[in-house]
Amino acid sequence: MSDAEPDPPANTGYDEWADALADGGYFVECANGHGSLPPRRVCPECGSTDLSEESLPETGEVATFSEVHVAPSGFGEEPPYVTAVVGFGSVRLTGIVRDLSAEEIEIGTPVRPDVERNDATGNRLVVFRPA
Amino acid sequence: MTGVRVAGVGLTPFGEHAGRTGRDLFAEAALAALDDAGVAGDEVEHLNYGNFMGALAERQGHQAPIMTEAAGLRCAGTRYEEACASAGVAVREAVRAVRSGENDVMLAGGMERMTNLSTAEVTESLAVAADELFEVRAGVTFPGAYALMARAYFDEYGGDREDLAHVAAKNHANAVNNEYAQYQREITVEQALDSPPVASPLHLFDACPITDGASALVLVSEEYAEEHDLDASVAITGTGQGGDRAALQDRTDMARTPAAADAAAEAYGDAGVGSDQVDVAEVHDCFTIAEVMALEALDLFDPGEGVGAARRGDTTRDGDLPVNLSGGLKAKGHPVGATGGSQIAEMTRLLRGDHPNSDAVPDATVGLTHNAGGTVASAVVHVLEVAE
Repeated sequence: MSDAEPDPPANTGYDEWADALADGGYFVECANGHGSLPPRRVCPECGSTDLSEESLPETGEVATFSEVHVAPSGFGEEPPYVTAVVGFGSVRLTGIVRDLSAEEIEIGTPVRPDVERNDATGNRLVVFRPA
Repeated sequence: MTGVRVAGVGLTPFGEHAGRTGRDLFAEAALAALDDAGVAGDEVEHLNYGNFMGALAERQGHQAPIMTEAAGLRCAGTRYEEACASAGVAVREAVRAVRSGENDVMLAGGMERMTNLSTAEVTESLAVAADELFEVRAGVTFPGAYALMARAYFDEYGGDREDLAHVAAKNHANAVNNEYAQYQREITVEQALDSPPVASPLHLFDACPITDGASALVLVSEEYAEEHDLDASVAITGTGQGGDRAALQDRTDMARTPAAADAAAEAYGDAGVGSDQVDVAEVHDCFTIAEVMALEALDLFDPGEGVGAARRGDTTRDGDLPVNLSGGLKAKGHPVGATGGSQIAEMTRLLRGDHPNSDAVPDATVGLTHNAGGTVASAVVHVLEVAE
């Protein structure tokens, strides 16, 4: 038994998906054209199990955002930070916006996805950068 | 199918109960409910108990046996967990158990102990209700999630922070004479607007407080109430539950809460009442914007009309449809696992005529309660009616 903090759980499917955001990223598409994010065995919209991985559009548009002033304990990100939900065609991603202040962001602002490591948690962190 | 009556209600004061255990809080509410009902604890056939974060706040899982013991019951219990809708689900399942004929006497409610944690720890604990992979890791907090919805709503329908400030001021005004409320004081619209930002566009006074508290209801079959000559004039005539994708990003429209609309449609159909017959409502205003979206999901206001309801006076105590006469989660407080039971306790008191704010709705016969989990990925709606 070690006193060290346990490693965060591996999340096969999610981890590979998040890592791929550094190179543009992908999403899961079913035979009926519904988008979702991995890990998936079945389309949550229609139940199709005919799933394929497709490239994300290079840029997405901010669908909504918030400047967060009170962060969870242990999260590591110094508030205020901006969390946004960004639409990329048939899927949306949630992440933290880099290199733009809250005043510079509006609904519709174009961004591209990327991934960082959250040093405090060891988890992958989805981020968006100006497109 | 037998009818279900609310035979008794019990609440602890909502607020900070420093040094008290969760089991003591629930025992207080449970004994008050049994006393209000005039039913002995050994008559209760099952406990349906709601709790969300007890494993984090008190390091106590497996709470149902702890709570049956604390309440002096002689039966088994089950813990229900659907985030902030935990007690709503517990009540709904109790209603179904009585209707099925399986049970005649159920105790249902919930408890949450929260103020022993720091604000950052509560923020972390509540965030567990969001999608861990796709939201929590991206820094989405509970206020942050509702802020994302608020901005989407403003963009789609209009409205502004001042509209929301009127919701906060209204609910604080309603809480002033509620002896169970955490904040029995008024605030002004200006104070709400000037409070510090939590997650833009939401500020501190858009948010419910961090609260300790417990709620309990004694639910009985109509036959049991009659045989035992119980004073149980209020019936639960409709129950409905809806679900949605856990993460906001996966919702078709982030400015709406279809899980609540589904729950309401089921509950209205179950009770055989229309939304136009509702006289008074208790809705899940964990944030001011949540009340707005609830009013629209419950078909009490058209899309885009809910945001101005408090400002216009439609939902104030002297309006056509008073909403959150208890003070709501905003001012009465929000011990998350207890809230769904508390709403039904308050509505029962309002309809019986023994609530301090019953004088605002002297002729009310139909009441609606709306309890939501997370960002309304779970929703439970109940219709209560004066039966005699």
